[in-house]
Amino acid sequence: MSEEEDEIILSELNDDELVEQMFDDLYDGLKDEIEEGVNILLERGWQPYDILTKALVGGMTIVGNDFRDGILFVPEVLLAANAMKGGMGILKPLLIETDAPRMGKMVIGTVKGDIHDIGKNLVAMMMEGAGFEVVDLGINNAVEAYMEAIETEGPDILGMSALLTTTMPYMKVVIDTLKEQGIRDDYIVLVGGAPLNEEFGRAIGADAYCRDAAVAVETAKLMVARKHNQGVAS
Amino acid sequence: METPSDQQLTDDGLVATGRGRILVLACGALAREILALIEANGWSHVDLHCLPAILHNYPAKITGAVQEAVARRRTAYEKVFVAYADCGTGGDLAQACADMGVEMIQGPHCYAFFDGLARFAARDEIFAFYLTDFLTRQFDTFVWRGLGIDRHPELLPMYFGHYRKLVYLAQTDDPDLTAKAQAAADRLGLAFERRYTGYGDLATALEAAI
Repeated sequence: MSEEEDEIILSELNDDELVEQMFDDLYDGLKDEIEEGVNILLERGWQPYDILTKALVGGMTIVGNDFRDGILFVPEVLLAANAMKGGMGILKPLLIETDAPRMGKMVIGTVKGDIHDIGKNLVAMMMEGAGFEVVDLGINNAVEAYMEAIETEGPDILGMSALLTTTMPYMKVVIDTLKEQGIRDDYIVLVGGAPLNEEFGRAIGADAYCRDAAVAVETAKLMVARKHNQGVAS
Repeated sequence: METPSDQQLTDDGLVATGRGRILVLACGALAREILALIEANGWSHVDLHCLPAILHNYPAKITGAVQEAVARRRTAYEKVFVAYADCGTGGDLAQACADMGVEMIQGPHCYAFFDGLARFAARDEIFAFYLTDFLTRQFDTFVWRGLGIDRHPELLPMYFGHYRKLVYLAQTDDPDLTAKAQAAADRLGLAFERRYTGYGDLATALEAAI
C-alpha cells in the first residue's frame, strides 16, 4: 500500500471519527493536525467549548492517565501539551466571545527560587481547558507577588508549584502570610510538584496536594463547588 | 574493584563484591569517585554497591530502590551508609533511612555536596543547570536523548527556557571533559562556567561515616 493511500484526510472523517483521530493526534503530539481538526469542527458548527472539552481535554485526559500509569513519559506529555496549546490558541478568543461556562478563577505560579514550570504550565492549561480563568504568575514568585495577585485578581484558587526539595518549604511562607493577614480561608490553596506528597500538603496547611494536572482539575472543581454551596448556605 | 562502563553504571549500577565490613550504597553516578576514594584511602574494609544512575531522571523511584537494596544486603555487613542526598525525593529518602537506622549524605543533591553544602546554598544560583563529570560523560543519555530533545528539538525551550548558564562541577582536571561540558552548554544555548570541586563533601561525608 502506498504512503498516499495510508494518509488520513481529516476533513473526510465524520465527527466521531474526527474526535477519535484528534485523540490519537494529541497522543502523538501532532500540533498541526490538532489545529486542523479544531478548524474543521468549527467549520462544521461545533461550539468552541464542546471542541475544547470533548476533543482536546478528552484527549489530554488519556495522555495524563498514561503518564500516571508509566506508559508515557515527560517528553511525550510535553509534545501532547504543545499540540493542545495549538488548538487552545484558536479556541481561546472564541470561548470569550461565546460566553463559555466559567468554573472559577485561579492564580498560579512556581514559588521563589524555582524556575521549573513544566508541571505548572500543564496544570494551567488543563485548568483553562476545564473552564477556569487562569492568571499565570510564571516562575520564581516571592510571597509579595502572590499577595498582590490575589488582591488584584480576587481568585477562588491559589496554586503553587515547586520541583525542588529546597524550594517547596516556601509554600508554607505564603500560606502563613495568608493566615497572618486573616484571609487564608478566603482561598482554596492547591499545591503540587514532583517532591511533594499529601503529608507535606497537610503539614503546610494547603487545602490539597495535587499529584498531577488531572487531579488538580478534579480537586479544583470539587472544592469550588463546595465553596459556592457553603456561600449559599451561609 | 573494577569500574564498570558509564553505560553499565547508568543502566545496571554496580554489584557489591560481598567483601568488607561496611557497605556504601550509592548512586551509579558516584561510582568512579567513591572507588577512587576507597583506593586512595586504602579503605579495604569498604564495599560498594551502586543502583542504576538513570534513577536520577526518576526520583520517585529512588527511595523504594534504596530501601530494597538496604534490606537485601545489610545482613552481610556491620554497617550500611547510603551515598545519596535527597535527590528530589522531597525528604522521603531521609525518612526511609532514619526508619532503617542508616546514615546518608546531607543536602539536596550531588551538585550541592560536590560544591560543598554551605557554599552551594550560599550561591543561590536558581538559573544554573549543573553537570558533574559523570553527567558530562553521559549528557546524551540523561539529557539530550533522555529528555527527548534529540527527537523533538522543539522541547528544548520548554525544558531549558528559564536557565541562563550551565555550571560544570568538575571532579577532575580533564580538558576533554571540559570541552564536552562546554559543547553541552552550547547545545542547550546556555552560558558556560567550569567550577573545579574535586570530591567536595562526598569525601568528608564518607570519611566521617566509615
